[in-house]
Order: sequence, then structure tokens, then C-alpha cells
Amino acid sequence: MSKIAESVPPKGGFSFDLCKRNEMLVQKGLKQPSFLKTGTTIVGLVFKDGVILGADTRATEGPIVADKNCEKIHYMAPNIYCCGAGTAADTEAVTGIITLILSHVVLIAITSALCYCFWYACNLFYLFNVAMLSLDMVSSQLKLHRFHTGRDSRVVTALTLLKSHLFSYQGHVSAALVLGGVDVTGPHLHTIYPHGSTDTLPFATMGSGSLAAMAVFESKYREGLSRDEGVTLVAEAICSGIFNDLGSGSNVDIWEKEYLRNYMLPNPRTYVSEKGYSFSKKTAEVLLTKITPLRELVEVIEGGDAMEE
Amino acid sequence: MNNLIGSDADSQRTLYPYVTGTSVVGIKYKDGILLAADMGGSYGSTLRYKTVERMKSVGKHSIIGASGEISDFQEIMRYLDELILYDNMWDDGNSFGPKEVHNYLTRVMYNRRNKFNPLWNSLVLGGVKNGQKYLGTVNMIGVHYEDNHVATGFGNHLSRPILRDEWHENLTFEEGVKLLEKCMRVLLYRDRSAVNKLQIAKITEEGVTISQPYSLKTFWNFAAFQNPTVGAEGSW
Repeated sequence: MSKIAESVPPKGGFSFDLCKRNEMLVQKGLKQPSFLKTGTTIVGLVFKDGVILGADTRATEGPIVADKNCEKIHYMAPNIYCCGAGTAADTEAVTGIITLILSHVVLIAITSALCYCFWYACNLFYLFNVAMLSLDMVSSQLKLHRFHTGRDSRVVTALTLLKSHLFSYQGHVSAALVLGGVDVTGPHLHTIYPHGSTDTLPFATMGSGSLAAMAVFESKYREGLSRDEGVTLVAEAICSGIFNDLGSGSNVDIWEKEYLRNYMLPNPRTYVSEKGYSFSKKTAEVLLTKITPLRELVEVIEGGDAMEE
Repeated sequence: MNNLIGSDADSQRTLYPYVTGTSVVGIKYKDGILLAADMGGSYGSTLRYKTVERMKSVGKHSIIGASGEISDFQEIMRYLDELILYDNMWDDGNSFGPKEVHNYLTRVMYNRRNKFNPLWNSLVLGGVKNGQKYLGTVNMIGVHYEDNHVATGFGNHLSRPILRDEWHENLTFEEGVKLLEKCMRVLLYRDRSAVNKLQIAKITEEGVTISQPYSLKTFWNFAAFQNPTVGAEGSW
């Protein structure tokens, strides 16, 4: 009898309405642009009494390097960190939602300019939002859980929260994660795939550079690695991804109990122009000079009137 | 109306590969070239044939390794045998070296590709002639290049990073074999169509030797793999 308001989204879960519209458009002959797998190399390694996570720092949009030094190792809990490949790896500012929205306005502008349909940009915007929110969400959920239980978070908690979140989006959130941390039960390393499946492994790689990094791990991993050997091996694996995969590049980030941002910089900018970059005043002819002061001089009166309530 | 989907002409062209071989890896070393390939022939996702020789010698100075459609490789061998035969018939004291064979193969592959009827292979061609070492590759679309180390298929993704790091000039034979085995072991772990039965082929100024088939030692007993979910009950 009473009309159900169509604008109210169903409680929880993903709204698949846009997917139906996309299918309809494809049937009408629209060429659907494919999701770009953002290039990444992310790895994780379990050593004697801990976990080491590593990531490269290049974020790509198609053939262009959008960010030369982005952060792909995200905070989940003080003792748990997560590397993200796929959609999750494209955003740098992961904590604030405002920063998130702003960075996506830029993304929409670029994707529109690249002749992707605006509807695609809308979808992408929504899913980017959702992908990064998933990590934010889980780290917030973990914090609330810590307050509730009065204990440190466990890696399996983060694992379960992430995998159930990704599963409910049925693979549409293309986030492939390497989750690692140390809790009371010991060191743990897991990989989480976009559809929500997980693996528990002693060493793992994800992203477009995963084969290059896995080649290093498979040939050099052994049991009982010390912390320094482990970090060296992880850096080697990421370097293999950086130099052999086009989607990965720039620097190496490492997390081992503490976040070692830009642990290694194997791609320094070595060219220095001999002529220098300062230009003397005689370089160009001056036709007109007008100086506008940026600030007006303000007199400050000490002990002035009190502020009105 | 039926012709829109598939015309009679389609049955005359290669559309998909059927029995395929996986990667081939090749490196230059001190005395010549080393090639490694396993002996598997997959029929889609079944490992149908386990003793397929994917490396053959060509003339006196070269060796070819092939991945991709096995029947096309056999056809290429017929072309190459004919090429070498004609060369011998000239009886002019000269014989085709690896550079010449590679060039011939490139022309054949590219021409077939232009006719939309490719030979569905990625080939590695190596050899030594007059002290000059040569190692090149050509694939089904005609892309060809030469380098100090080459690989086809999955080998490009898994073996080339290792070779870029660890290959150097003047590897000895033992070092070269060890390096190739390292690459083949990673391929065995991570390529689903790899088989643990491989051959190593060596070519030097003296001639070609293709080893007997043997298998690599693998290690599956990492403690973390024995009981992986001991810390995460319920996951896998």
C-alpha cells in the first residue's frame, strides 16, 4: 500500500543498481572501459619473531606516473599494518575523508579528460571512496574494538573484518592486500584478494610486480632469517619489482615494528644542470614595475577592548 | 548470415594453440650458450605429454628452443631442416650461423603474422660461430631481439629479474647451469604448466650437447607451510 521510497538505499551491502545500468548500456553497444590495475609491488615476509612488509612508491594512472612517492603501507593498528595494491594503492592521504574527496575530484577531472564516460568516473569515484574507506573503516573498527575489549588488536581480527567487507562487495572493490602484524599469539602474514579470499603464508607478494618479487623470494627465502636479513631480502624483492615491472617504481618503503618510510632510494635524480637555475636581472628587459604589498601594516593596540560576548 | 561468425577460411588459419610448451630460458656464458626447457606438452589445462623435446640443434652452429604450439614447432623444424639442407647443397665451405638462422626465422614468423596465420611459438635461438656468441629470440608476432639472457612466456616475468641481477660476463659452465636451475626451479614452483623434468642444452664452438632429462630438487617443508593457520584458527 505505502510506496517504498526508492531513494533509500538497502541497509548494508552494496547497491547493485549501477551495475544493472552498466549492463544495459553494454547491451546497447557501449564499450566498457576496463578497470586499470594500478602498478604495484607489495610483499610481506615472516622472520623469526616478526613480520616485515615492503612496498614500492609509484602510483600510476594508465601510462602516466601520477605520484612518484605515494604511501602504500597503511596503518591498521599500532601493531598491524597493511599494504594495498589495486584501487587502494592509488590514494596517498588515507586517513582523512576530506582529503580523500579532494584527491578524487582531481581523479574525476583526469578520467573525464581521458575520454572515459562520466558515469564511469562516478562508479570509480564511489569505489575508490569505498576501497579506501574499507581500510579506514577497519582501522576505526579495530580501535573501537580495542576500547571495548581493553586488549591489543589481533591480526586475525583485522583479517576477518577486511575479508567480510571485501566479500560483501563481491569483488567490485579491487583491493588486493598484504596484511601483517605481531600480536600476543605471534607474528602473522596474510594476503587478501578482492573477492574476499585469504591466504596465510610465510612470504607473499601482490600487485603487477608480484612475479618479479616472488622470483626473488622463491630463490632466496629460507627459514630462521634474522631481522636484518629479512629486511634486506624484502628490499631486494621490491627492487626487483621496481626495476623489472613498469607499473612499479621509485622508492622502497618498509614496515617492521616501525614504519621506515623511503628506506631505500634507488632512483635518485642525478642530473644537475651546469648552468644552474638562477637568472640574473639582465636576462629579460623590464618594461613595467608595479609592487603590491601582500600585507597592509596593521597597528596592534595592547590592552584594547574586551571581545563582545 | 552464418559466415559472419566463422567462414570456411577460418579453418585454414591458426586461431588458438592446442598442445603447448611453457617457458624456455637461455643465457650466454664463457664458452657459448646454455638453454634450459622442461619437457612438458600441455593440452589446455591437462599435462598431456611429459617427454617433449623442445630444444633441437640446427646445423652445426645453432640451437633452437621453442615454447607455444608444438605442432608449429615441428613445422618450423621442417623449414629449418630444409634451409640447412639447401645450405649444404651449395657446398661452398660456408655454413649458416645463428645470426642467419635467427634472421630467417624472424622473416618467416613476421610474414605468417601478416597473413593472419601465425606460427604460434616464441623461439629462442642461440649459437656460436667463429668465436662469436649469439643469443636471440623471436615470437609469433615477429618481435625479435638479442640479449645476454632471454626467456619466453612466464620466464620473462619470473626468470629475467633473477638473470638481470645475477648474470655476468664469463660465467663458467657450472655457474651457468646453477643459474639456469635457479630460474627453472622458480618456474616450477610458480608456473602451473611447468613439469619437473628438464633438459639443459649447451652449445660451444665444438658443438651441441643436449643433456639427458633430469628433475630438480624442490623443498616443500617450510615450517610455516606445515601448519599455516595455527595462529589464525578458521582461516586458510
